[in-house]
Amino acid sequence: MELQINGKTYEVQADADTPLLWVIRDELGLTGTKYGCGLAQCGACSVLIDGAVVRSCVMPVDGAAGRKITTIEAIEADDIGKRVVAAWVRHQVPQCGYCQSGQVMAATALLKQKPHPTDQDIAAAMVNLCRCGTYNAIKAAVHDLAGGGADQAAAAGAAGNAPQHPAGKAAAAGALALAVLGTPGHAPARQGGEG
Amino acid sequence: MTNLADGPAVAGEALPTGEPTNISRRRFLLASAGVAAGALVLGFGLPVGRARAQGAAKAAAPGTRVPAFLEIRPDNTIRLQSPFMEGGQGIFTAMAQIVGEELDADPATFVVENAPPGHDYIVMSNGMRITGGSMSVRMSYPTMRRLGALARRMLLQAAAERLAVPVGQLTTEPGKVVHAASGRSISYGELAPHALDMPVPDPDSVKLRDPSQFRWIGKPVERLDVHAKSTGKAVYAIDVRVEGMLQAAVQHAPRLGLTVGAIRNEGQVKAMKGVHSVHRLPGAVAVVAERWWDARRAVEAIQVDWREPGQDSTLRYMPADFSTDAFRERLANEPGSGDDAETAGDVASALKGAHTVVGATYHSQYLNHAQLEPPSALARFNADGTLELWMPNQAPEMFLADVAKRTGLDPARITLHSPLLGGFFGRHFIYDTAMVYPQAVQLAKEVGRPVKVIWSREEEFLRDVLRPMAVVRFRGGLDAQGMPVALEAVSATEGPTEGISNKRGEKLDDSALEGLTGKAYAIPNRRIAQLYVKTPAMLGYWRSVGNSMNDFLYETFLDELADKGGQDPYELRLRLLQGNERLTHLLRAVAELSGGWKRGPFTAEDGTRRARGIAMASPFGTQAAVIAEVSIENGQVRVHDVWEAIDPGSIVNPAIIEAQVNGAVALGLSQVLLEETVYKKGMPAARNYDMYPILTPDRMARVHVRIIESGAKMGGIGEPPLPAVPPAVANAVSRLTGQRIRGMPLSRYDFKA
Repeated sequence: MELQINGKTYEVQADADTPLLWVIRDELGLTGTKYGCGLAQCGACSVLIDGAVVRSCVMPVDGAAGRKITTIEAIEADDIGKRVVAAWVRHQVPQCGYCQSGQVMAATALLKQKPHPTDQDIAAAMVNLCRCGTYNAIKAAVHDLAGGGADQAAAAGAAGNAPQHPAGKAAAAGALALAVLGTPGHAPARQGGEG
Repeated sequence: MTNLADGPAVAGEALPTGEPTNISRRRFLLASAGVAAGALVLGFGLPVGRARAQGAAKAAAPGTRVPAFLEIRPDNTIRLQSPFMEGGQGIFTAMAQIVGEELDADPATFVVENAPPGHDYIVMSNGMRITGGSMSVRMSYPTMRRLGALARRMLLQAAAERLAVPVGQLTTEPGKVVHAASGRSISYGELAPHALDMPVPDPDSVKLRDPSQFRWIGKPVERLDVHAKSTGKAVYAIDVRVEGMLQAAVQHAPRLGLTVGAIRNEGQVKAMKGVHSVHRLPGAVAVVAERWWDARRAVEAIQVDWREPGQDSTLRYMPADFSTDAFRERLANEPGSGDDAETAGDVASALKGAHTVVGATYHSQYLNHAQLEPPSALARFNADGTLELWMPNQAPEMFLADVAKRTGLDPARITLHSPLLGGFFGRHFIYDTAMVYPQAVQLAKEVGRPVKVIWSREEEFLRDVLRPMAVVRFRGGLDAQGMPVALEAVSATEGPTEGISNKRGEKLDDSALEGLTGKAYAIPNRRIAQLYVKTPAMLGYWRSVGNSMNDFLYETFLDELADKGGQDPYELRLRLLQGNERLTHLLRAVAELSGGWKRGPFTAEDGTRRARGIAMASPFGTQAAVIAEVSIENGQVRVHDVWEAIDPGSIVNPAIIEAQVNGAVALGLSQVLLEETVYKKGMPAARNYDMYPILTPDRMARVHVRIIESGAKMGGIGEPPLPAVPPAVANAVSRLTGQRIRGMPLSRYDFKA
C-alpha cells in the first residue's frame, strides 16, 4: 500500500486495518504524531488528510491510502501551519508539549477551512485534551490567528472560504475520521471530538 | 522502500553504536564529532569528558564542577545539563535564566538537557535530587547561580591569558569577554577550549550579581522548548528508538497481586501476525513484536488464568470485592480518634465551652494522573554487559539505585537516559508496581535485543498509582460572636508515602495531612489528626500532594463555620489572619484583582445567576489565594473566572509562573468538577479518558493572575497554585445553590439554579 505523507510517497507493509498512527510512528518513524488514548478521545494523534483534521489512532491505514497526509513534521512547509506555529511561539503555548502536535494540527485544519473563525467555530474545533491546562493560551493563539476575533470575522463573512481545500473534500475526510476501529476489549470511541 | 529502520526520523548510519536515532544527544554527538576540538567539553555525553571530569575533582561539592554542567560551542551556544527534569513546568528555561544571569550569557543561547545521574547534579539544599515538591528552583537557586559565576570566572581567566592582561582589566558582556582598555573582545565559544583546562575556582571566591542588576532573572524570558514542542520535534521516552529494537505490549492482571497461571491460547497468539514471542512477567503477560500495534493486538488476545496470591505473598493485594463507595463509607465510620499531627490549646475544653458546635464529614476522591504520555521504557543490554535505559523519571539517582537493586548490576554499568516528560504531575517516582522499566529489562534479557515497552492507555489506568482518598470528620466551635475558637479535623486516610512504603512510618505521613496542618488562621484551639486506614489501592504523589485535597476539605469547612456564625467568609479570613501582614496583603490582593470582594448571588450581564467563593492555601513554601465565580448550567457547575494571587517570595520567570497558575487552575477545576477514580469489584471502572473525564477546553475558566514578590523565602511554583482552586469553586457553589458541598467531584451533584 502506498501512502503520501508530507509530499513523499511511502510503500508500507502494515495490515489494512492497522491504525494510521502506528504506521506513521513505527513503520515510518515520524514520531511527532503522538499516541495518547487510542480511542479518539484526546486528539494527540491528529494529522491532516486532504487538509482536514483526522484522529489517526482510529483511522485504518487503508482509509488514508492515495490521499494527501500531512503530519506535524511538515507543518512549517504549509503557509497556514507556519502561521499557527508562529502564534504558538508568540503565545508560549506548550508546557509538556505532548498534546501540542495535535493542537497545532487542529488549529491548522480550522484555519484552512475558515480563515476567520468565530468564537463558536474555535470552540467547536479546538477540542483536544491538554492535561497541563494550556487551554487559555491555545484559545488566545487561535483568536490571534483568526484576525480580530469573532465579530470582525462575522462581519467580513469570511468563514468557509478556504481556497486550497474545497469544503466537500474536507467533509469527506471528516466523515472518515469518524470511522471507529474496534479496540479489543474496550468500548468503541464516542463520536464527537473530531475537529 | 521503507522498513523499520528507514524512517525519516532516523538520522543515518554515521555512528553504528546503536545510539537512539532520534534523541537530541545523537545530534549533539554528530555535531561534536566535527568540532570536538572547539568545545568546552563537559562531563557527560562524551567519553573523553566523562573521564576527564571524573579524574578532575572527586570531592567537588555538587553544583560546582563546571564541566559537568556546561559546554560552550564555537558558535557560542551553551549546552547545559539540568539537574531537574523538564516536563512542562519550564525548568529548563528557568535554569538557563539562572545560570545565564551569572555567566553573562543570554538564556536564548542555551540548549538544555536532563542531566544523567551523578553526584554533581545532587544540587538541592536538602541533599537530594528530585523533580518534585515544587523544589527545583527554590532549593538550587544559589548553587546554580554560583555555577554560572564560576564558569564566567574561568572564561575571564582564559581570556586574561590569551590577551596577556590582568584579569582585573577584563569584564564580560553577554557571550563574550571584553577588554575595555584595548577595545578587544573574545567570544565565549572561542575561549571555551582553553577555559576547559582552567581549574574550577574556589566556589566561595565568586561574587554573585546584585539582584537589582538582573537582566534575565525575574523577566518573562521566552521558553526554550516552545518551537520544538510546537513542531513535533521534542522527543519523549515513548519516541526513542535504537537499532535492532523490538517493542512490547503488556496485559496486567485485572487486580493487583494476582499472578500468571496458565495461558490458554499461547499457540494461537504466537501465530498472530508480527508476534516475536510471548512472555510471563510478574503479574502480567507480554507480547514482543517488531511493531507495537502487532504486540498490542496480540497481547490483548491472550487468555490468562490469573491466580490468587498464596499465603506468603507480600504483594499489596486488591480484593475482588473492593469498591470505592464502600471504602468511603468505611473511612467515614472507622472508629477511633486518630493520632495527633498538630495541636494547639485545648480543643476538647474549647468545644465544650463553645457557643455553637458544628460537626460535619467531608471527603475527597481517588484520582489518576492521566498525563498525556503513556508510560514506556526502553532497555538495551550492550555487548559488554552494560545496561542502558531510557525512561520517564523524576529522580534519576533514585531510579539508578532501583535498577541496580532489581538487576544486581553495579550502578557504574547502568546508563540511565531521562527524556522529556509528556506530563508528570507526580506520576514518575519509584512506584513498585507502576513502573514500566522492570518489564523492559526482563524482556530485553529474554529476547537478547533492545526492547521498548509501552503501556496502552488502558494498562496505564489499571496500574497508575492514585491520589489518596480521605474522609475528614470536622468539629468546629464558635463563640457568641460567631468567631471560630476551636477546630478539630480527624482524617481517615492512608498517605501517599505510607502507601508507597506499604507500611506506616515511625512518624505521621506529612503528605497525608499537609493542608489540614500548616494553616495560618489564628484559631486558638486546634487538633489535626490522622486515623490511619490502609487501602488496597496503590497510592502515589499527585500535583500538590496532600494539599491537593486537604485545602479543599479545610477551606470548605471553614466556609461552613463562617455561615453558621453569620460571618462573611472573606471578612472572617481577614479577621483570622489579623497581624499576618503577608497573608492579609495576599487576601486583599486577590479581592482587588477580582474587582472587589462580592460574594453574591448576583445576576450577571448575561442574565445568569452567579456567586463567588474564596479560599487560601500555603503549599510548598508559597502562599496562594483564589476567588472563583460560578453559575449553574444544565444542572452542572460552570466556572467563569478564577482570580489567583500568589506569593512565592521571589521569582525567576513571571510568564512561566502565569502559565503554571493556568495549568494548576485547570487541574484544580478538573479535580473539583469531574475527576474520580471509581473501583467496583476490585477493578477501576475507567480505563481511558472516555470514562475518566478530564477537563475539556469548554470547561476551562478565564484565569487572572497577580504575582506578589513579598521578599519572603522563595517558595515553589509548580504545585502551589492548585490547592486553593477546588475550595474556592465549591464555596461559590454552596453559596449559589444553598447546598453545602462536602465532597468532590461536583459532577456527583445535580444542581438546580
